Amino acid sequence: MATVSIRDVRKAFGSTEVLHGVSVDVADGEFVILVGPSGCGKSTLLRMIAGLENITRGAIAIGERVVNNVAPKERDIAMVFQNYALYPHMTVRENMAFSLMLAKAPKEVIEAKVGRAADILGLAPYLARYPRQLSGGQRQRVAMGRAIVRDPQVFLFDEPLSNLDAKLRVQMRAEIKDLHQRLGTTTVYVTHDQIEAMTMADKIVVMNGGNVEQFGAPLELYDRPVNLFVAGFIGSPAMNFVRGQVEGEVFRSGAVALPLPPGLRGAAMAGRPVVYGIRPEHWRLDGQGIAATVQVVEPTGSETQVICTLSDARMLGETRMICAFRERITERPGQELRISPDPAVVHLFDEASGARLN
Amino acid sequence: MTDTTIDPAAVTESEGPQLLSWDSRARRIVTIYVPLVCFLIVLLFPFYWMAITAFKPNSELLNYKDNNPFWISAPTLDNIRKLLFETDYLHWLATTMGIAFGSTFLSLFASVLAAYAIQRLRFRGSDYVGLAIYAAYLVPPSILFIPLAQVVFQLGLYDTPFALVLTYPTFLVPFCTWLLIGYFKSIPYELEECALIDGASRLQILRRITLPLAVPGLISAGIFAFTLSWNEFIYALAFISSTEKKTVPVAILTELVQGDVYQWGSLMAGALLGSLPVAIFYMFFVEYYVSSLTGAVKE
Ligand SMILES: Nc1ncnc2c1ncn2[C@@H]1O[C@H](COP(=O)(O)OP(=O)(O)O)[C@@H](O)[C@H]1O
Ligand SMILES: [Mg+2]
Repeated sequence: MATVSIRDVRKAFGSTEVLHGVSVDVADGEFVILVGPSGCGKSTLLRMIAGLENITRGAIAIGERVVNNVAPKERDIAMVFQNYALYPHMTVRENMAFSLMLAKAPKEVIEAKVGRAADILGLAPYLARYPRQLSGGQRQRVAMGRAIVRDPQVFLFDEPLSNLDAKLRVQMRAEIKDLHQRLGTTTVYVTHDQIEAMTMADKIVVMNGGNVEQFGAPLELYDRPVNLFVAGFIGSPAMNFVRGQVEGEVFRSGAVALPLPPGLRGAAMAGRPVVYGIRPEHWRLDGQGIAATVQVVEPTGSETQVICTLSDARMLGETRMICAFRERITERPGQELRISPDPAVVHLFDEASGARLN
Repeated sequence: MTDTTIDPAAVTESEGPQLLSWDSRARRIVTIYVPLVCFLIVLLFPFYWMAITAFKPNSELLNYKDNNPFWISAPTLDNIRKLLFETDYLHWLATTMGIAFGSTFLSLFASVLAAYAIQRLRFRGSDYVGLAIYAAYLVPPSILFIPLAQVVFQLGLYDTPFALVLTYPTFLVPFCTWLLIGYFKSIPYELEECALIDGASRLQILRRITLPLAVPGLISAGIFAFTLSWNEFIYALAFISSTEKKTVPVAILTELVQGDVYQWGSLMAGALLGSLPVAIFYMFFVEYYVSSLTGAVKE
């Protein structure tokens, strides 16, 4: 096991720079997820850790060793690819044994390690099959088995679940997390799915356009996103954003006035264009707040999601507000609700820079 | 080597939707079988003509007024006997076979390395090297044999089989290289990256991952190369002079046409026997051959 330290890493393909100085520190045994929209450079960063892309500038260290000029096979890592990359002409056993065989491990050792990995992953009955004779989930497991037998310092995963159907994805999510808890191997995992990131990670790196937006524990990112991008990216349904400015000790957008988060002095930022962020579940139904017109009511049993419009406020992006209440709602579309935010957990961002203000 | 058995699930799956759209029997006959039969007749007629001529006695062959030219009334093995026992035909066959195998092997070896380097190592300028190889393919042999003759003479290879084994790759290598570049491209790159992480060297990757997956491509390149060398005419005519060292296509033309007397029966028998090895080759490998032309390694 080892730490992974990424120091101000840049990557250019020809003259286009796609990573603009990324720094991340992965502690020993930690499960870190790189998450961000498609094309933000997650795979590129992962492939640089694996040694499949060279590092234009900066340094990557695995353990104490800087690996910029170390060949992939010398880095003591294992990688699981998005399409699994199983060798189609080899059986499951041969697939898993391939790396050990190349390393000239003794036969008994190979047999034992493959057997152990197959037991962990429930692949024992399939060892003689070819990849094309397996289901998607089983192929996924073989790909992980291939990584496990090598007992590497670091596991790397590139969107390993994106080819599976929704139900299997949830199941494999739990299996991978369980596997990590059992083996304790340092893991870097790439996904574009923020739910995957939230549920699996010890730490999340939110990336956007080749930059790291925020690095922290899942709930830290959820509770205190450092900017508008992270606030909008993490959480489902997404955070609601209202545009306006601070006037006195309230936030005002059109005719709507909302309370500022505690500890913020309104005077310091009077008149500045800001964005007021509030998560769906932080609206309260108190019968006296601002007026919202109901558009759609979606009861799920445990909670009720209401999509509504604030006629007097300017929203950012979406024009509709999503609220999630523990209470059940009897109002019908077109009727009015009175809602108010929980000021202790609202967020305020600078509209120009997107940076968090409270 | 790869497993060649066909996955039954995959077959029914791919045939299913097509069968559905060819609903009516009549429509199938008109749109598939009738054109297919016409096509077959056009393609196979020369072969048929060659076959019946080989077994026709000379009397029937030359008198088509009293005999049906499309049929044989009294088949004979005379032509074949004459071919086999009165000429060096078996020797020619062996020479041609040896030359075809030799040049095919050499070409495949060189092409695999070239195609792999161009498609996968992506060294600086690899695209241009690929184009240059292709350009070499465009130079017609009917021009190239003149300078090549110089080379062959200087190396003292004139009138030896090596003159052909070493010159055939001039057109086989570009062809096979391009075919293999296309085939290597269809093999997912991740497989090689994965092997790289697993600890394989480039040569190990080529031997254990890429080549086993490219077997269909290798086979079709091999068949092509074999067929082209088997049928090659100009170089074989120019670089070989002794009767017993000739290849089949040249020999039957130079040895079985005396002046302006065509020994049609033996000529056709020679052509028929000469085309058998290639036909047998095709038969063995037709499945690979088709799968490589229609592409892609499926998991
Ligand atoms: N080999 C390459 N050559 C040129 N551009 C590339 C290459 N690989 C990736 N890119 C570019 O780098 C950016 C990041 O790609 P990638 O890391 O695959 O994104 P992600 O995995 O986050 O979706 C994209 O804009 C992509 O077009
Ligand atoms: Mg990616």
